[in-house]
Amino acid sequence: MSSFKINGKAITVDADDDTPLLWVIRDEVGLTGTKFGCGIGMCGACTVHIGGRATRSCIMPVSAVEGAEITTIEGLDPKGEHPVQKAWQDLQVPQCGYCQSGQIMQAAAVLKDNPNISDADIDAQMTGNLCRCMTYTRIKAAVRQAANAMKGG
Amino acid sequence: MDTPANIPVLSRRGFLIAAAGSGVAFSFLTACTPEEAASTAAAYEPTQWYAIDNAGIVTVNVIRAEMGQHVGTSLARILADELEAPWENVRVRHVDSDPKWGLMVTGGSWSVWQTYPLYSQAGAAGRAALIEAGAAALGVDPASCKAVNGEIVSGGKKISYKDIVRKGGLAKTYTPEELGKIALKPVAERKLIGKPVTSLDIVEKTNGAAVFGIDAKVEGMVYGRPVLPPTRNGSKANSVDDSAAKGVKGYLQSVILDDPSNTVPGWVMVIAETYPAAKKAADLVKVDWTPGPTANVSEKDIQANATKLIAKADAGSVLPTGNTDTSAAFRAAASSIEATYTTATALHFQMEPVNALAFQKDGKWEIHTGNQWQSLVLPWLATALAVPETDIVMRTYRLGGGFGRRLNGDYAVGAALASKAVGKPVKMILTREDDTKFDSVRSPSVQKMRMAFDKAGAVTGMEQHVACGWPTEIMAPFFMPKGEKDVPFDPFAISGANHWYTVGSHKVRAISNDLANATFRPGWLRSVGPGFTNWALESFMDEAAHKLKMDPVAFRLKLLTAEGANAGSAPNAVGGALRQANVVKLAAEKAGWGGQLPDGTGLGLATSFGQERDMPTWVACVARVNVNRDTGAVKVEKLTLVADAGTIVDPDGALSQMQGASLWGLSLALHEGTEFEKGNVKAMNLGAYTPLRLADTPELDITFVDSAEAPVGLGEPATTVVGPAIGNAIFNAVGARLRHIPITAAAVKAAI
Repeated sequence: MSSFKINGKAITVDADDDTPLLWVIRDEVGLTGTKFGCGIGMCGACTVHIGGRATRSCIMPVSAVEGAEITTIEGLDPKGEHPVQKAWQDLQVPQCGYCQSGQIMQAAAVLKDNPNISDADIDAQMTGNLCRCMTYTRIKAAVRQAANAMKGG
Repeated sequence: MDTPANIPVLSRRGFLIAAAGSGVAFSFLTACTPEEAASTAAAYEPTQWYAIDNAGIVTVNVIRAEMGQHVGTSLARILADELEAPWENVRVRHVDSDPKWGLMVTGGSWSVWQTYPLYSQAGAAGRAALIEAGAAALGVDPASCKAVNGEIVSGGKKISYKDIVRKGGLAKTYTPEELGKIALKPVAERKLIGKPVTSLDIVEKTNGAAVFGIDAKVEGMVYGRPVLPPTRNGSKANSVDDSAAKGVKGYLQSVILDDPSNTVPGWVMVIAETYPAAKKAADLVKVDWTPGPTANVSEKDIQANATKLIAKADAGSVLPTGNTDTSAAFRAAASSIEATYTTATALHFQMEPVNALAFQKDGKWEIHTGNQWQSLVLPWLATALAVPETDIVMRTYRLGGGFGRRLNGDYAVGAALASKAVGKPVKMILTREDDTKFDSVRSPSVQKMRMAFDKAGAVTGMEQHVACGWPTEIMAPFFMPKGEKDVPFDPFAISGANHWYTVGSHKVRAISNDLANATFRPGWLRSVGPGFTNWALESFMDEAAHKLKMDPVAFRLKLLTAEGANAGSAPNAVGGALRQANVVKLAAEKAGWGGQLPDGTGLGLATSFGQERDMPTWVACVARVNVNRDTGAVKVEKLTLVADAGTIVDPDGALSQMQGASLWGLSLALHEGTEFEKGNVKAMNLGAYTPLRLADTPELDITFVDSAEAPVGLGEPATTVVGPAIGNAIFNAVGARLRHIPITAAAVKAAI
């Protein structure tokens, strides 16, 4: 039995302690925007925010998030209009879209921590998120555009 | 995009689905009630490809799968443009499998090319019918009417499509013959084709609403994960010991699948109440197998077999490329060159591991999954389940990457058999490692190239011999054309070699590597044949140029003269090799070909006609690389690409396909590749398999040639040119000739 908050809502789930948070989010809570990719924390498709930090949910046991505040792509912004989401829409970043929830969650956390992000920072902090459609050129541009928007620029 | 796609929708049949493209398909629920939406009585359906309802909403039926190419947007715009439908009133419906749609396949970069004439005519036919009905309603002569943005207008009078449909009585339908005779709009009057658009599937892919195969659910389903046998083919599961798995909470049972279609031989499906339980239990289940005969096969064995086959003069099929007898040219040659190129096994590694939900409902089988070739897998499913094809329907979901993996729907058979065995809906998901082990990989290849020159240095003969696993032979032999002496060949394992250069006699020989075919199920991987044939061809063209002491660009232009069969023909290849010469020239100019570069830096060029001679997309790439002479490390600084794909329907979609495809080419050339070891691939997950990441992404400079010619494909062509452009650039930078993909730093260092 684990209790935590997800997208502002208190939840208690009956899952084994070692169940990866990813499957709890997808199959118990029913939020399927967070995706399963590699299962070893190396592709980033499962990225959510735990206490505001970008975290790979596929390797995070549910017992470790007891009492935590979790945000998924569905809860990033009430209208789906977070500056990162708007930049992603504006530049038409997604192709297949499967990795993009994770990309957006990664970018949102990175920009919150580092509003004055440099291009080298974007490279270093987004490179852990694999995009098999290889939308990287647009991801870079969209992170930059979102950074500008968040600074009111 | 008004209705979030993650809200399950009750369909007419009353079961819970979250269907393929539901975000788009059901978004017209905001414009009318579900009952109206489900009813076609009030709608006008000029052809089976679309309907206009009584709210003026045009719903376009799309048989192609959405896997990142925004295909619904591109195809619907073709139709809507001719129909004069306002874009905001257009919806896309990704349809279920049904014989009435004909061949259902999404691949080969064919979607726009094949659909363009059909949808143009279908849209134009609806426009003509609406003009006729609108004129009658307005009491005017149809000749005085024009269709403009969803209305029929005659002088000061007008009536909307919505009101015409509401009046009813509009029943004119068109046969394919009638459609063929419909007059299309002049190019100058197009309003949607070639204009910027926001693709209909973008928003749902930024807010978690897009529904992929892995998200499919149905009440009462259980989860399955296969325990995969030691060999892809020929393994037999004798017994299962699940005593350790019984300790896993939620574990239900393990089933040896009985597969009359032989698609998933030796599979054991582990069933549990949750996926994590199925995953954990599968690791604990012990299976006793009799492995197939390839349990000890290595990459080296497969490649040695390819080399052996190439040495056999009578092996394989010679393509009909005109004068294929090169013996005289080589006998009389003043000089000649020869080189062998190889490529390693490559994985699809699409982000979403393969999965499927299968169940029986009202006597019919339903398969909910992301798939690119429904028409191919349906017969396998029918054989496996021992039911007629008409008792199976496939509901196609968003694909978390296709890249050719999901052309082969073998995974669906595993889910269907498991559901049949346990009598419940089964949601099967492969782990990443399972997905890799079960991948239909791109076969490793061996290619032997030869070229003969006369005294003046003119090319008099050329040969390309290609040996690799043949996906089409194994999965779709009915798709194989015949070469000389009526010997069939796999076009997707050789295309690209039948190039547009004029080289005198030209022998292209395709050879099926039987050991590859036995060891794994060869796959179609993005850019198929030209992904490796063009690696050999374009590297070799550079080698030939250097042998002749000619500039590689000048050498190519000298051979792209559009003579004979290379002159091209209407409708798809107007201009022939001259259009290829044009993109070569443009790419070289844009990249500053011939300019001064720092030490260790070089430019390399490669070109291709995309996938197939019948549908050439002319493309050229110049790679700028920097090579570290001490370590052999290659940094790609910039890729300059020029493509002539005829009419561009969706400019931004076209650009994103070129961006993704070119980076695929880079990734395959420098970052990917694995090898067979004991009958299976060695690299099972990230860490060992290392596709391109964001930090290694170079600057891209991509240009399309402005053209009104027939639109051709764009999903793959750019992939074919990047590898050889990089190889040629490395040679120009440091004099090292690489003949194997992937190119490693160690190989570069050794070659310097």
